[in-house]
Amino acid sequence: MKWLNTILVLGTAFLAVFWEAAFGGLRRLLGAQVDLLPPLMVYAGLCTGITTVTLLALAGGLWFDSLSANPLGVTVLPLFAIGLAIHVKRELIMRDQTFAQFVLGLGASAAAPLLTLLLLLTLGRAPLLGWGTLWQLLVLSVGGAVATPICFEFFAWLQRTLVHRGAAETSFRADREIRRGRQ
Amino acid sequence: MLLTLVTLNLPSPTAARLKLGIGSLFLPLFGLASSTQQVAAATEGSLVTRQELLRQNDGLRRENQQLRLQAMQAEETSRENARLRQLAGWERQVPWKLKPARVVLREPANWWRTVQIDLGSRDGLRVNLPVLTTEGLVGRISSVSLTRSQVTLLGDPNCKVSARVENESRDSGIIGTSGPLEPELVELGYLSRSANLKPGQKVVTSGEGGIFPKGILIGHIVDTQPVDYGSRAEARVRLAANLNALEEVCVMFP
Repeated sequence: MKWLNTILVLGTAFLAVFWEAAFGGLRRLLGAQVDLLPPLMVYAGLCTGITTVTLLALAGGLWFDSLSANPLGVTVLPLFAIGLAIHVKRELIMRDQTFAQFVLGLGASAAAPLLTLLLLLTLGRAPLLGWGTLWQLLVLSVGGAVATPICFEFFAWLQRTLVHRGAAETSFRADREIRRGRQ
Repeated sequence: MLLTLVTLNLPSPTAARLKLGIGSLFLPLFGLASSTQQVAAATEGSLVTRQELLRQNDGLRRENQQLRLQAMQAEETSRENARLRQLAGWERQVPWKLKPARVVLREPANWWRTVQIDLGSRDGLRVNLPVLTTEGLVGRISSVSLTRSQVTLLGDPNCKVSARVENESRDSGIIGTSGPLEPELVELGYLSRSANLKPGQKVVTSGEGGIFPKGILIGHIVDTQPVDYGSRAEARVRLAANLNALEEVCVMFP
């Protein structure tokens, strides 16, 4: 059922990118729009294979850039770098711990915009930067950190809902049954 | 990584076409977003009391009467202006042709200021057409697909506007970028150091640069400060249009 998980991750990324572009309530409230792709990448890095990580970086990055003024493909590399780093070290991470998910979300959500900005500056673009950018990075990091455990819960619920789970074997064996009473 | 390098190095027209093609995948969701907003607006509307509606209706009726009178006056002034221009041998002013559009998407990245509208090349839109609201200038069209277009808003590094202050010395400068957290305030740079600016003065487009016709309201001066050791002045301008709450805009055709 690996392909189902990949489809679920990509479908969620598609909807997340659309939500970021269509609903600007958080931006009006906090001054920055929270990015949901880094939390998704944390989940993909920890719970799926390298194929899903690559597909999420590629599709998510291209979808994001297509609705943004970013040059096409600039978001792909930072997402892939984050996903790959987490995937390589996944055996050392306690993925079921909410605190670990929170910290990873915080780091990934801070690293993704920083790497993207670095790439944009390297490409000679002039994005809007200032002291307010620090506040935006804080909002992005904390927002991403909060979203990461929610993301894990959401996919666990999707798995429970959509994936068939085999019935657990019982320990009952007819040949080892203790028969009581006279026969 | 190779694919990213390839996409980043694509020629700009190809990259723009590819971008619009990928963005078209979201087309089915545009309707969903607008209907969600309509439901929210309808819910909000249903909560308004009848008394409040009657009060608003009365206010709008009065405003309508005032505007009709102003329109009559403006029509007369326009005729007079046309006659005087003819007498003076000046070129006749062409009235603005506007097409209303709805904002469907906003910029997901925090370091650009753009929105997407529901008009495209099939509606006659092309790059660099000015976009405005009834309050004032909003920006310009930066890319066009068949059914939607991207508008680069004032304050974005890619939207510079030649502007003039409506004061006695008619000081002119360039509208530049805004701060990351204050989209309603933009810089008016390249002003002469002797510029006579006061808070509240109107800033309008100067008509230079060939994109924006002159006379469109941009905003009002908030404050000024000398820059480059006093050799130039810079002002902050509060935009007339509320870029945070854009829902409907008008595209101006020459």
